Amino acid sequence: METALKLNVNGEVRQVLAPANHSLLEVLRERCGLTGTKHGCELGECGACTVLLDGEPVLACLVLAVECEDRRVETVEGLSNGAALHPLQQAFADLGAAQCGYCTPGMLMTAKALLDSNPLASEMEVREALAGNLCRCTGYWKIVEAVQWAGRMSTGDMVPPQCLRERNAAGGCSHG
Amino acid sequence: MLRLPEFSFVAARDIGEACALLAEAPKSTRLLAGGTDLLPNMKRRHQHAQRLVGLRAVANMRGIHGDSEMRVGAMTTLSTITRDAKLQRHWPGFVRAVQSISSPVLRTTGTIGGNLCLDTRCNYYNQSEEWRQAIGGCMKEAGDICWVAPSSPRCWAISASDSAPLLCAIGARVRLVSVRGERVIPVEQLFVDDGIVWLGKSDDEVLTEVLLPPVENTKATYWKLRRRGSIDFPVLGVGAALRMGAHGEVTHARIFLGAVSSAPLRAPESEAALLGQQLTEATVKAAGEAARGVAHALDNTDFTMLWRRQMTAVWVEGALRELGGLPPRAQMPETPLGAPAMSV
Repeated sequence: METALKLNVNGEVRQVLAPANHSLLEVLRERCGLTGTKHGCELGECGACTVLLDGEPVLACLVLAVECEDRRVETVEGLSNGAALHPLQQAFADLGAAQCGYCTPGMLMTAKALLDSNPLASEMEVREALAGNLCRCTGYWKIVEAVQWAGRMSTGDMVPPQCLRERNAAGGCSHG
Repeated sequence: MLRLPEFSFVAARDIGEACALLAEAPKSTRLLAGGTDLLPNMKRRHQHAQRLVGLRAVANMRGIHGDSEMRVGAMTTLSTITRDAKLQRHWPGFVRAVQSISSPVLRTTGTIGGNLCLDTRCNYYNQSEEWRQAIGGCMKEAGDICWVAPSSPRCWAISASDSAPLLCAIGARVRLVSVRGERVIPVEQLFVDDGIVWLGKSDDEVLTEVLLPPVENTKATYWKLRRRGSIDFPVLGVGAALRMGAHGEVTHARIFLGAVSSAPLRAPESEAALLGQQLTEATVKAAGEAARGVAHALDNTDFTMLWRRQMTAVWVEGALRELGGLPPRAQMPETPLGAPAMSV
């Protein structure tokens, strides 16, 4: 039996019909048409389906949609402001932090939750925050750099990426 | 898409309502806490339910309360526990155990009650439905043979909770509530050493909170062994709690091993090797060796059973070294992959 659900997705109220056994992932992709959130393992092991629920990263494959009513859902589709990319998206593009791109929406959402509370996160803090998001292409280095770079750009610290790499290695560089 | 089977869902508003809903049909109803264990298990058709009772809206099952004797609501998320300043101050070993559970993104949803009630795990059980059908199922689900020990009359699926060995070691208790009343039992009594019936609570009981004892001068820690630094369940966990006398002699010792049996396993020989002794190179080594014989490491999870048995001694020794302020072992045994084993 399907029930009527009122979800707040990316600031828009959406009314959908879904059965009780549908995960938030199924409802986002199949009822809301928001296919930016990817389905990977669907068992809570890969992080590809990460979205923000009331500001915290959660695995959409392991959350029932019926438990998401009256909560704020943020997906990768809500990151950009019109044509203007979110600093994280811009940094991922500029630094080549995506290869096949399948893990990217989950990475972006987990990283957004981190930077919202800690924009100047250290390399270790970024690695710890992303420890539940698997990537099989990049080897993670460029992802970590892109997250750090986006955080610093958003606070006005216009550090060049090369300098960020040196800072991580040595704890400081000529650009600050 | 790996979909959940059909079920009905009811959100309980308080503990009384959750107990009443569970009591209506305890065999076919399951409680939904964080869902990070139950939902994957239902997707793979390991666990079944006609109705799920959601506990998310039960406000008095959340939060961390009290000062000297702290209480942690069963629906408190794992990430809330890792961020709590009071818990970090009083029970850093507990916070460390919780921090080692899965990954940060899963800990925002997973709860402490859910981690304690985690289903037991096994190489022959945690597989897709098709994989399990191909071997005719196993004793734990739809079969009659335990493939880990085919002549065994019992199931050897392992207890994979990271919080349980630590909570057993520090002497924590849990509150169980049902329509018949409520009771408080030590965490170790919550478990039964059986892979199929692994919980000592009745089907109609709701685990509502975890009660931590006063810290006094207890030092506790948790050491976890797993392949990767995140996501993985433990292949071995060591929860150790000690109290020392005026001259540094051990006056109280409780050591529990996780992931080497169907319940957290106490290591009394290791405790006996410490009591009345100071923590020295010799005593921590002896206590570690004493734990090796206790562990029932079998071929039911990652890594080989012989290496896990060897690591039981190393891990108990490592936890005791940390509690005694002794330097770490100069050399860690290599993993079967060649890299030195690390506690994470």
